[in-house]
This record gives sequence, structure tokens and C-alpha cells, in this order.
Amino acid sequence: MAIELKKRDVVIVGLGAAGGVAALPLARAGLDVVGLEAGTWLTPEDFAPDELRNNVRGWPQAVQKANREIPTHRRSPSAPYSPRLAVHPMMNAVGGTTIHYWGQSWRLNPWDFKVVSETRRRYGASRLPSGSTVEDWPFGLEALEPYYDIVEHELGVSGKAGNIQGKVDARGNIFEGPRRREYPMPPLRGTGFTEMMTDAARTLGWHPFPGPAAVTSRAYDGRPACAYHGFCARGGCHIRSKSSTAVTTIPKAQQTKRFEVVTEAVVTTLDVDGNGRVRGVNYLKGGMEYFQPAAVVLLASYVYENVRLLLVSKSPAFPNGLSNNHGQVGGHYFSHNQQAPVTALFPRDLNTWYGLPAQGVAVDEWADDNFDHSKLDFIGGGNLWVYSDRRPIAAAEMSTFGRAPRWGAAWKAFVRQNADRWNTAYLQKTTLPYEGNYLDLDPMVRDPLGFPVIRITADYKENDRRLSLFIQDRMAEWFTAAGAVAIERIPLGTMGPTTHAYGGTRMGDNADTNVVNRWGISHEVPNLGVLGASVMGTSGARNPTLTVQALAWRTADYLVKNWKTVAT
Amino acid sequence: MSRDDLVDARGFSRRVLLARTVRFGAGAIVPVEMLVRTSRAAAAAAQGAAAPEPLETLTAAEAATLDAIAARLVPTDENGPGAAEARATRYVDRALGGALADSREAYRTGLAAIDAVARASKGAPFAQLSAADQDAILTQMESNAAAGFTPDAATFFNLVRTHTIQGTFGDPFYGGNANFVGWDLIRYPGIRLAATADDQRMDPLPARVRRSAYDHAMFTKRRPSRARLGPIEEPWRSS
Repeated sequence: MAIELKKRDVVIVGLGAAGGVAALPLARAGLDVVGLEAGTWLTPEDFAPDELRNNVRGWPQAVQKANREIPTHRRSPSAPYSPRLAVHPMMNAVGGTTIHYWGQSWRLNPWDFKVVSETRRRYGASRLPSGSTVEDWPFGLEALEPYYDIVEHELGVSGKAGNIQGKVDARGNIFEGPRRREYPMPPLRGTGFTEMMTDAARTLGWHPFPGPAAVTSRAYDGRPACAYHGFCARGGCHIRSKSSTAVTTIPKAQQTKRFEVVTEAVVTTLDVDGNGRVRGVNYLKGGMEYFQPAAVVLLASYVYENVRLLLVSKSPAFPNGLSNNHGQVGGHYFSHNQQAPVTALFPRDLNTWYGLPAQGVAVDEWADDNFDHSKLDFIGGGNLWVYSDRRPIAAAEMSTFGRAPRWGAAWKAFVRQNADRWNTAYLQKTTLPYEGNYLDLDPMVRDPLGFPVIRITADYKENDRRLSLFIQDRMAEWFTAAGAVAIERIPLGTMGPTTHAYGGTRMGDNADTNVVNRWGISHEVPNLGVLGASVMGTSGARNPTLTVQALAWRTADYLVKNWKTVAT
Repeated sequence: MSRDDLVDARGFSRRVLLARTVRFGAGAIVPVEMLVRTSRAAAAAAQGAAAPEPLETLTAAEAATLDAIAARLVPTDENGPGAAEARATRYVDRALGGALADSREAYRTGLAAIDAVARASKGAPFAQLSAADQDAILTQMESNAAAGFTPDAATFFNLVRTHTIQGTFGDPFYGGNANFVGWDLIRYPGIRLAATADDQRMDPLPARVRRSAYDHAMFTKRRPSRARLGPIEEPWRSS
């Protein structure tokens, strides 16, 4: 029998990028909030600059929940299973994957909210990819802008504005939507390599700019400036310069005394009452079962776990899973088209040994709908991103560009010369949902607790493939302009488990095609909110985290302002 | 209740899990005993002691074969020391008892298979062949033309190559990259806890620093947190 705990105003399931943000406005408003986190607190002493441990073998997380429930994948219902990943791309800890993420903190482009209507208007409805279930978001960038602004300041984001209230500044991204004010911190500094790439982009007539980063470029909010030591990709920050929720919004929420963090709490199911309202959540901790009742439940784990928790929480009122009486949970899924990179070999040392993946230079000329697609065979675009980040094992594992064997004296001579002479660009592209791409419960594979894991049935479609090739050509142009002597284009893979998963509980006004409403509250369960990229219906050409965080704050703000309506 | 009697969600006590960690290994852990061992090794090196540490996992014959393979993958030549001087085999030997325990059986059968190929084709164990004969066998393995491997020769070749690179270029804390010869080879400037703007210029390149991550006080001197002690739930595998 589960131990029933004292009822709270709000229980948040998962204290990562989304839940860790939502806790703050709720607690500040005086609500009684508890956060259940499967992982533990980690400390700066855990974040050694250790490539073998962090990048080769995984991560020193104490709790391995995610690694026991790695989703399975198949390209289509008739395809065989893909090889299962050895490590889940996300981690469990207070702060979640914001502990070790790259920290790129982008706002979406205005077009990303209006893909359907803008494509119809500019090119005609026939240009919308066949089979896509994409919808316009229920609101535009302007509705989210206030929340982007709040989280940029509460977390601490460095960057250079390109459009302040309509005034365009070419030192920032000239294609971004209007923002109310400058970033709270200047951008991370340039390096010899990023300045070389910046100059090359200008020779092509493009508008390069430093990307936004949830990393301190100067002392901020009691935390020191980034030391640029490296080991940031899949590594935590030993001086708290990375603005993870574990060092920003979560401790601020705790300071209100209205927010309790419960670690090593593994949530298993959500319970409903006879009226179809969610009653609270069941969790395991220390070998004991607990039931945490709450007036409002906010589901804020990762995309796969949000969907799984809904699908396994079956009841007479919701026989196909919670909030799934319209059959939309798990639908409109996609893995971000962020694969298919381009790697270049240069005739000189680049010295990218230090720095971080968020310390780079971007080009948005070919992103979103920033260029004319009239004569092209796809919609959407890609953000071109190069950055300073290199570690010795990865350096030695470099491609030999067909110029040397993979071992022996000739290989050794090659890596001795070239270990610091190559660079791989990161190319994030517009990705859309399709009818055949979805998440459901795997009928065979279960986690050690006996619950089915998520099964991903998804693959890239023609629009994604054509866009990938086009963007690789643009990146090759850029590298070539900077003096590269060899270029490699890596093929696009498939939509397996990823750190950039979207959909499954999509947000929209139409309850027949969306799980949550425009405020992030379930269409079917009036006191259940869902946070995370599972609510996003388009990806844009950039990292999802800041948008997830702005949406989380917005849902929390809605709850505070409409507490009586939602909670009773 | 002592720390070791804490029970996790699946009912395993920490005491049990620590034992399981030894059995299964776990990529994430930084075992306390390794800290001790590394400083002992450093002390021995400082005294000029040449005697190699006893093997922890591999047999002497296995280690000799692996040494010979590693010395061909990253040879010692006019470009400087290779995998032999880096002690890549010591890295693999230690890791097979911990984080790479899942690969122990692959090494047992793979190293036996490569010796079988050597005896059948050249009449001597792999370690005793000429460099040219060794390269010929490795080339066969790489192209998956050698027989007698499970699941196949290329898989074992790639496993050994991956681990030899880890043992040559990884942090010396794990037993390889001895005297930082791997980092010298690729001219890695080394681990700094802070890099200046000048350290990120292309010219001149920053001065070389030769310290392990765990030579830095903040990562060694304090009481290890639970995360550094290792998983409190089921250990997971890595390659």
C-alpha cells in the first residue's frame, strides 16, 4: 500500500529544464509546490574535465533511471527494430540535462509559429509536405516574447540582440523576431577560429553573429564568468557558469520556502478521481511507495517519459491512457533534423582545444523562411553553427578524409599533423510532424519495474532529406570560403532517440488533434499541465530548450493567474 | 542507518550495489581505490621504479598479444612514442575489470583467435611475428577476412582500436597515456581549469600543461559525492 502524503497545491514531475523553471513563478506566487526528481543533486566537484568518463562512458549521474528505459526505434510499422542505444541521451539529476547540455539558448523564428499559414501565403498550399500533420501554433512569437525575456534574465543568457523592438542590429541575428531589450549579458567571446569563420561568412555576403548561450559571459546573479576551459559538452560546470536550472531557478524557488525538492523519487503513474480530474502521482523512493496528492499536476519529464507516464496511467475514465480519449498522446512526434553534419579539414592548426559548443558563430541566411523557396523542392531551413570545442580522444578519432589509413605509422603521422586541423559544423534544420511518425508503448520491451518502454516509430521524410542536402552545400561553401582543403558530408540517419525530441502531447486549440491547450493544460484533464518539448508542434532550426523554458514559465504564470479555475 | 544500508527504489542496499559495481563495472564511477592506486603509481614512477604493476584482468599471454597489437596500431617511430610507451595495455587491463567489463569475454576469445591465426599462418604466436607479418594479420582482421573470430574479425579489430586510442589519448588517471605521450603526439595543450582569450588564439598556440583532471585539487581532495561513488541503481553498460 502506498503511503499517502499531505496534499500540495502543485506537484511537478521532473526538475530539469522545464520543471526546474516552472517551480519558480509558482513558489513566488505563494503556492505550496513539491518537485519530484528521479536523480540526485550533483556538486561542482562531480564535474571533472574527464573525457573518458563524460564523453566516452556516459556521465557520473548517480541515478540511472533513463538508462533503464531507453526507447526502442523502428523506421516504420513494418520495419525491423533499429539497434537499441546503449545510453539514453538524457540524464536524471536535479537540473536534468541542463547540467550537461550545450547551453545554446535560442528563441524560435517568427515563421516557426506559422509554418502552415506562411507557406500557403508565400508559396501556396501545395508546398506543404504531403502527409505532414503540422499546424500553426495557437499563438505567435509575440505571445511568447515576454516569457523568453523573463527566462533569459532569470536563468542568465549571454548574446547579442539583432532586433530590439524593430530596430535591426547586424551585430546580432538580423532575422530574429523583435525582442523588448538586449540580452542580460554580452555574448561569449570570439576565438581565433570563430573570428576566421566570421570573416569568411562576410566574404560570402552573409550576416554571421555570436549565438545565444545559457552560460555567463560575465559575473551574473552571484555566479562567475565562464572560464572557457572546455569539457562543457556532456559535462557539468565546475564553477556554476552554465545556467542550468540546478544553479538558477531551482535554488531561487527553494529560497521562497514554498518549494520542496524530493530526490530519487521515481514517478510511476498518475491517478484520477471519479470526475476525470488528476488526483496526484504515485512514486517510489527508497524501496517505499508513496502517493502525492495535489490540486494540480505538472508533468515535466522528457518527451518520452511524459508520453509514457500518460499512456501507462489507465483508468475507467481514460482507458487508453490519461488525457488520451482523442488518441493524440504520442502523435505528431519527431526527432530534430540535427544530423547530417559537414566536417572540414584545414591546412593550419585551429586551436579549438578550449571553449564550449555554445561559444561559436551562427549564420541564419538559410534558416527558416529567411530565403526564397519558390524554385526549391522543400520548405524550411537550417541554422549553420561552428564552435570551439575539442578533446584529445575525439581529436585522435578524427576522419582521415581518405588521406590516410585508420592505423599504423601513416595514420599516426596524419593525426599528429591534423588532430587540431578539422572542424565539424552543427546544422539544425526545420522538422515537421507526419502521420506515420509517432510514439507508443513497446509491446515487448519493459523497464525493470515492469512498465513498457516507449517505442519510436519514425523516419525522416523527403522534405527533411532535401533540406539536409541543401544545408550541407551551404555549410561546405562557408568552410571552403574559410580555406578548407577537404570537406566531408555525413549522411542523414533516422529518427531514433534524441536529445531533441518533440511532440507526443502537442499544444493547440483543436482538442481533436492536440493534447494540451494553448496554455499547456490538458484538453481532457482540467488540472493537468504538460511541460517540455512534447508540446511543441514545430522545431525551428535551433535548440528547443529556451522555448521549452519560456513555455514552462508561461504555463506556470497562467496557473497562478487562474488558480481557482484550474485547481478547483 | 549507515550510508551503506540505504536502500534504493529497487530494494538494493548500497552495500550490495557496491559489490555489484565491482562485478559489472560502470562507466560513470571514479572508484576511490583508483585514486589511491594512481598516487601509488606516481610515487613509484618518481622513485624510478621500473617494475610493471601486476596485471589485474588479462593473463600474461593475453597482455603480450595485446601489447603487440597496440604497438602496430600506434607504432613507436620517427614521430615519437606510441601505444607501447603510453601503456595502452595497462589502460585496457584495468578497464576490463571495471567500466569495460562487458568486453572481457570479447578479449578472451579475440586474443586467442588472433594467436590461432598467427600460429596457423606463420607458426608462432602473434607477439613473436615480424612487424610485417603482424600488419598483414591486422589488415585481414580490419577487412573482416580473418576467420575464427566471434562475431567477426572486424568487430574485434574495431574494439581493440577504439580501446587502444582511449588508452593512448585518454586521461592518465585511467592507466594509459603514460607520461602524456599521447597528448604530446597530437600536440594537445592540456587540461586547464580556465582558458584565457590568448589561449584561444590560433597563433601562437598555448603552452602545454601536463596534468590529469584528477591532479586538480577540487576533483580529488574532497569526499566523493554519491555521483562519484557510482550508480546507486542498476549499473549500465558502455563500450
